[in-house]
Amino acid sequence: MADYDVVIIGGGPGGYNAAIRAGQLGLKAACVEMRGTLGGTCLNVGCIPSKALLHASELYEMARKDFASLGIIAEAKLDLPAMMTQKGQSVDTLTKGIEFLFRKNKVDWIKGAGRLAGPGVVEVEGEGGVTTLKTKAVVLATGSEPSPLPGVEVDQGRIVDSTGALSLPEVPKRLVVIGAGVIGLELGSVWRRLGAEVTVVEFLDRITPSLDAETAKTLQRALTKQGMTFELGVKVTGAKVKKAGVTLSVEPAAGGEARTLEADYVLLAIGRRPVTRGLGLETVGVKTDARGFIETDHFATSAPGVYAIGDVTHGPMLAHKAEDEAVACIETLAGHAGHVNYGVIPNVIYTYPEVATVGATEEELKAQGIAYKSGKFPFTANSRAKVNHEAEGFVKVLADAATDRILGVHMIGPSVSEMIGEYCVAMEFGAASEDVARTCHPHPTRSEALRQAAMGVEGWTMQA
Amino acid sequence: MTDIMTPTLGESVSEATVARWTKKPGDAVKRDEVLVELETDKVSLEVSAPEDGVLASIDAEEGATVTAGQRLAVMSAGGAKAAAPAASPAPAKSAPPKATPAAAPAAGLAKPASDVLPPSVRRIVEESGLDPKAMSGHGKDGRITKGDALAALAARTATPAPAAAPAAPREVHAREERVPMTRLRQTIARRLKEAQANAAMLTTFNEVDMSAVMALRNRYKDAFEKRFGVRLGFMSFFVKACVHALREVPAVNAEIDGSDLIYKNHYDIGVAVGTERGLVVPVVRDCDALSLAGVEAAIAEMGKRARDGKLALEDLQGGTFTISNGGVYGSLMSTPILNAPQSGVLGMHKIADRPVVVDGQIVVRPMMYLALSYDHRVVDGQGAVTFLVKVKEVIEDPQRLLLEV
Repeated sequence: MADYDVVIIGGGPGGYNAAIRAGQLGLKAACVEMRGTLGGTCLNVGCIPSKALLHASELYEMARKDFASLGIIAEAKLDLPAMMTQKGQSVDTLTKGIEFLFRKNKVDWIKGAGRLAGPGVVEVEGEGGVTTLKTKAVVLATGSEPSPLPGVEVDQGRIVDSTGALSLPEVPKRLVVIGAGVIGLELGSVWRRLGAEVTVVEFLDRITPSLDAETAKTLQRALTKQGMTFELGVKVTGAKVKKAGVTLSVEPAAGGEARTLEADYVLLAIGRRPVTRGLGLETVGVKTDARGFIETDHFATSAPGVYAIGDVTHGPMLAHKAEDEAVACIETLAGHAGHVNYGVIPNVIYTYPEVATVGATEEELKAQGIAYKSGKFPFTANSRAKVNHEAEGFVKVLADAATDRILGVHMIGPSVSEMIGEYCVAMEFGAASEDVARTCHPHPTRSEALRQAAMGVEGWTMQA
Repeated sequence: MTDIMTPTLGESVSEATVARWTKKPGDAVKRDEVLVELETDKVSLEVSAPEDGVLASIDAEEGATVTAGQRLAVMSAGGAKAAAPAASPAPAKSAPPKATPAAAPAAGLAKPASDVLPPSVRRIVEESGLDPKAMSGHGKDGRITKGDALAALAARTATPAPAAAPAAPREVHAREERVPMTRLRQTIARRLKEAQANAAMLTTFNEVDMSAVMALRNRYKDAFEKRFGVRLGFMSFFVKACVHALREVPAVNAEIDGSDLIYKNHYDIGVAVGTERGLVVPVVRDCDALSLAGVEAAIAEMGKRARDGKLALEDLQGGTFTISNGGVYGSLMSTPILNAPQSGVLGMHKIADRPVVVDGQIVVRPMMYLALSYDHRVVDGQGAVTFLVKVKEVIEDPQRLLLEV
């Protein structure tokens, strides 16, 4: 029976970062992961492979549609198997990288399915039978999985979830995406660029519900212009799989006449749910809420010595949120002052144009009765975006009306995912919009739009 | 390169004069070696090298006026003499940082890094002349945000501006003389107005019969001076009486900080001393732990240093309560002004023989009026009156000090 300071169940961004940090702080740590590779959903069947396909498909579409306008004559052809192979190679390199980091920080990777088996005991069911680990603390980082929809059974053949949609054997003629959230819009974009006719069906009357409304509307307009079709306020009631396709039954969410939609493939992407089945929570008394999320107070569950981080507990289901919680949780365990600032967790949608946001939306500020000022700058007025023929979108900065402290930033446009970090740092330090407005930015870059928008908060945007 | 900055000059001092450079540009200097001497109206202070190196350039020549935070000079690390240390702390081969669990949170978090200001705050400070060091920072690790600066600005605007300065200096007539206020005079003027503007200040009075203390003093003054080498004055009795009374009424020893009160369990009493250059208030520390002789010795020492201009900045800072003796100049009664952020100041006055009624008889007694000015935001009327009564009781019956009743 091996003795550990901390055993982490789950090897995703929450789990592997917790394990590495534990190793760095001199704790004897083990990470239990049942998948054949480390990295969890994110690295294996989530963020990373989807970005590989988003990048490749964006270049493909650019070569076919935009090169001519830049004066380049080229003929682009799709080699789907090769595109999938390069995706797999990247994922492979990255998962191996985590194995290296484990060795470097003296973390044991215990392969198998972990479960709690009483206070301070974790059982791992692996290929060679059951191993029992004794530990002072357990961190649950088991993550999440796609939520099911009654009547639409995922078979990873014709009806796929996000995992299946990353490895379709062919480009569908017609792809129906159920759910206009981040995953549906990203993977829908991939297959539309590669040639599919994509229809997104959403129960609510808007896309990406938690997003700032103006930003969401702009995104929907951009995607529609690219050829994506939206069916909003529509409920999917059933799916019939045929030999070469799927017939979906749909009806207006508000009630009304039912009809059918035909598709070669259907992607179900209506959200994700926490994974807690078979974890042995009951053996130590870890409480979950009505939706199955583990309840925590500063990462501590209701059971002594058991902690939870990432998708399996409350908060946005984002890899970087899990990573922040991992660091804070382990530092707390090691006697340091671990802390996560939930007010400054950015969110990105990797469509084209990209969406990147941090902090409060206008709707949230209005609901909370907080007086704010807003500054907005369009990429059409940004020189770099203009010469790159990527002038869609804007940057919007929301700041407290009295103190000018930045409360939220919403960007849609080229490469905004790489630029939101600037505002994260600013907000982490309690910066005012004026602080960004008075900070020199390089010219000509898209980042100037961030500064111009900040200037706009106090009404002195200079370049629009 | 390291910037050598003008240090914080004290609670009320914003400017200093560069008195003397002890090093020239190009000189090698050792860590902690004195580079330059600065003088303010109250104290002189030395600025030392923060590390080994070479004095590269001087920004403020001798005689220049500098403000806290202003750059005095630039030092380059290393240099001929300092080349050696560079070699020694080569980072050990990146061994995994083996922090022991339960190690204390990284040091350095506690100290607010307020020397670097965000651009918005820099603008506000430059435009308004506000002192960023006087702002309370609510950003990460206590940094000052624009909101903090705006709040400081609003607080200043809210206090009634001292009657707007006349646009043009008024004409000086034949039998008048115009003299610029010394910096100390200006500081005194500003601080007194600040105290009046910020505190809800009022004064309560009492009188004390000095017979007992005078008798005690007459009886023991020679023995006391022989034994301790200092004269036994009245001041030590009043200091001890005040400590006694402050213990009874802790609010008088407290101060307001934002929406909080800070109570102080130490008794550092400022004793106002008149000098040629003006009034200074050196602080006698931990008066509760001093004997009467200790208090007298401390006051004598402070007074001498004040008159010689040798007071250090620390000598003037951090008092919790102040005693002002206008009696030495013959004042019969006065209302002293608070020494912000303190909440109380005791005014002592001239001892005069006056007829008083004792046990139904009119008798002549050496009497002194006492005044306590206090910040009514902190101290209630009852507390203020109680304080003075306690002082009176001890002075009229010094044996109480012995029994601590």
